[in-house]
Amino acid sequence: MTGLLTILILLGITIAIWQMVKIFDLAQANKDFSQVANDKDNRVNGYLMLAFLGFIYGITIVSFALWGDLPLTSNSASEHGPEIDRLMIISMVVIFIVQTITQFLLHYFAFKYKGEKGRKALFYADNDKLEFIWTVIPVIVLAGLIMYGLFTWSDIMNIDEDEDPLMVELYAQQFNWKARYAGHDNVLGKANVRLINLDNANILGLDESDPNAQDDVITTELHLPVGRPVLFKMRSQDVLHSAYMPHFRAQMNCVPGMITQFAFTPTVTTEEMRLNPDIYEKVKNINRIRVKKSKQLQAKGEEPLDRYEFDYLLLCNKICGKSHYNMQMKIIVESEEDYNEWLDEQKLFKNSLVQN
Amino acid sequence: MSAHVDIHTHDDDHGHHHKETFVTKYIFSQDHKMIAKQYLITGVIMGVIGILMSLLMRMQIAWPSQPNIIFEALLGKWAPGGVMDADIYLALVTIHGTIMVFFVLTAGLSGTFSNLLIPLQIGARDMASGFLNMISYWLFFLSSIIMVISFFVEAGPAAAGWTIYPPLSALPLAQGGSAAGMTLWLVSMAIFIVSSLLGSLNYIVTVLNLRTKGMSMTRLPLTIWAFFITAVIGVVSFPVLLSAALLLIMDRSFGTSFFLSDIFIQGEVLHYQGGSPVLFEHLFWFLGHPEVYIVLLPALGITSEVIATNSRKPIFGYRAMVASILAIAFLSTIVWGHHMFISGMNPFLGSVFTFTTLLIAIPSAVKAFNYITTLWKGNLQLNPAMLFSIGLVSTFITGGLTGIILGDSALDINVHDTYFVVAHFHLVMGISALYGLFAGVYHWFPKMFGRMLNKNLGYIHFWVTAICAYGVFFPMHFIGMAGLPRRYYTNSNFPLFDDTSNVQILITIFAIVGGLFQLVFLWNFIHSMFYGKKTEQNPWKSNTLEWTAPVEHMHGNWPGEIPHVHRWAYDYSKPGHESDFVPQNIPLKQGEEELQH
Repeated sequence: MTGLLTILILLGITIAIWQMVKIFDLAQANKDFSQVANDKDNRVNGYLMLAFLGFIYGITIVSFALWGDLPLTSNSASEHGPEIDRLMIISMVVIFIVQTITQFLLHYFAFKYKGEKGRKALFYADNDKLEFIWTVIPVIVLAGLIMYGLFTWSDIMNIDEDEDPLMVELYAQQFNWKARYAGHDNVLGKANVRLINLDNANILGLDESDPNAQDDVITTELHLPVGRPVLFKMRSQDVLHSAYMPHFRAQMNCVPGMITQFAFTPTVTTEEMRLNPDIYEKVKNINRIRVKKSKQLQAKGEEPLDRYEFDYLLLCNKICGKSHYNMQMKIIVESEEDYNEWLDEQKLFKNSLVQN
Repeated sequence: MSAHVDIHTHDDDHGHHHKETFVTKYIFSQDHKMIAKQYLITGVIMGVIGILMSLLMRMQIAWPSQPNIIFEALLGKWAPGGVMDADIYLALVTIHGTIMVFFVLTAGLSGTFSNLLIPLQIGARDMASGFLNMISYWLFFLSSIIMVISFFVEAGPAAAGWTIYPPLSALPLAQGGSAAGMTLWLVSMAIFIVSSLLGSLNYIVTVLNLRTKGMSMTRLPLTIWAFFITAVIGVVSFPVLLSAALLLIMDRSFGTSFFLSDIFIQGEVLHYQGGSPVLFEHLFWFLGHPEVYIVLLPALGITSEVIATNSRKPIFGYRAMVASILAIAFLSTIVWGHHMFISGMNPFLGSVFTFTTLLIAIPSAVKAFNYITTLWKGNLQLNPAMLFSIGLVSTFITGGLTGIILGDSALDINVHDTYFVVAHFHLVMGISALYGLFAGVYHWFPKMFGRMLNKNLGYIHFWVTAICAYGVFFPMHFIGMAGLPRRYYTNSNFPLFDDTSNVQILITIFAIVGGLFQLVFLWNFIHSMFYGKKTEQNPWKSNTLEWTAPVEHMHGNWPGEIPHVHRWAYDYSKPGHESDFVPQNIPLKQGEEELQH
């Protein structure tokens, strides 16, 4: 019934707009027979072009004023993070300058040269010098950006295994994450989904006969010691997932049938990040929003929202099915001692198996 | 040349020797003008569906999981109690993308204007093969029907994103939409690709073989250059998607392992071994990226024509415009890997693709600068088509510039698959191409239907759309820069993003207003088709050949001989001429020099 009603209302609105347009249309019909722009149209639309330039600048200023904190350009928590942030900011400045100038020229010319009867346009078809200049300028700017980008990229992606990185496997499945630590030998045991045995709780398909696998540790929270390089090996058991850790400027797809990798060094512990003034403000603001929402919920007799506390997150960022929107894992960066203490509390793989 | 003479004599007794019935004239027509209209109308209908879907998505994102009677009415069992289901959200994401990219902006845009303008602007009686042209349309129609039917299958339509990456798209166990819905999606797309290839081959052959006397390649209007090169890109890249689709069908239905390996799902190990989803990504994006230019180049071609005509000035840098179309076409086939920087492919390949990708900014910049210079010291006739063309240049710049960030592999790590990407591609290819489509409709409506669109409605349509387009996609960059991933059914499970929820509501309001105002266009379009003011032969005082053909459509386009061409298409406001335009069929005056272009 409500469905029918809605369709009727929508239909009604459509008809109303339709009729309004029709009235408008009929009112116009007698005034001006030509549907080609005349001087008045040119004048009106010329001024609107100028106004629209103002609108573009306005929305830019408002956007920066309201949402200009741009979390992805500051307060990164990994060693390579500031490099990406710097490149990002440089690119954005270049974009901002080009955008401001070209939009001005485009809309200003559209206003300035609005048509008038009897005026003749300038016959100006070519200018090799001019075209050469505006081919070369982008070439130079882009060459700089490309060079900078490529150095940054190879810096991040070339992993130096001599640094003895901590080996961690990120394991993705619909719709959760697991982490596997390599244990004291820092070598991940062999694994394949074909070895998964749910009966004895071998959920990640580790090779039970591999000595390297015995001391592996499987967890549902990702703890990382601050200051030590971490080399992530990624696996997925079912569909594509993407391990996205925005605070660390890190992301890599998890692909069934192959192992992908990404490495970074966390530099800021969770505790330190919570005390960072920017993050502190952000959290305060989010809690303000949540309190407001909670009041609305409570008025409806529903549960209020929890208080939010900052944590690093691992999100799934590749469409993976129904609960894609809720596939996440908490990341905790802590001191080496705290990390070791936590790891020691976890069950080793060989002890986690259920003996039947 | 003999072909012309043949058709010509054959044409003099036009109307006597083949009787046209309703069916041959309006349905199974082989006339390129009628086929163009069929493409346009089908494209508009698909566009209405696609835009409606985006509004449903936007409402869900702005007011997550709140009962909404619109959902209940339109989604039925997929919105029990008016709360949208998570699976159908992903289906909306998928089908919206598919419909807009392929059915509206490929077939609706390229199909309409290539068909309408290629024969008329090069001076041909019709396409090289009218029959293939007809088949091409009807295959497109069939694929549209199949795509629409797929909404109604039991387990839901395809929901793996328009990129349909396997294994998600291959395994019904992974997602309901990957059952019958995905089968229909693949069948529909396979038919669509065949349609598109037939069309493209026809366009290429027609442009190469059927140009009238004097119409050298360097005298072609830029529209034709754009359509021609678009067709070439289509022929090069669409077959690769067809092969990907066929291999995926094999994996899904016949147990092969092209894209699948080592899968454990719902408690069982599947037999697939040795395939790789990354291979699919390569095949998909080998079409997927050129597809962006298949969508965009025709829009840029239309813009070139509309801007020159309405500026009453030659297009600035004709040679550079052609060269940049060629450069974009070439580069577009070697940049696909920038969609895959973090797919697990070798990082060195990422470096190569970063390099080629950023190169594409150069011809794009040249085009933008040339458009702006064309406006300079013009006598701008701000018709609705002209406004949409200027709007296109504006969104093309705004959207294109952020490509510098996304094309840079180091930066892409961070913003890959966030709302930043959504904002970028919607502006640079979605809105820009849509503006190109609108510009084309406003400009060539008189040619298609013999009547004019109402200009005042056109102005309202443009200004509201322009404001809403920026209102939707400009703030979206900022939530992307907060790290918010796209394709999330709701963001309420991440308190981290709670401070973006106001922006989402703002965006949705702009989207709804913008969507509703498309009704103004729809009204104008349908009403003017029947009751619009009758047009004169050359309402915009344009130079190209289509305006030398009579307003009343006829098979063969020109009643007498096909006009011969004596000059390029851009002799606007040429010194030494009384009027501010000199059509291409006017011979050079004594002593007049043709511009060396």
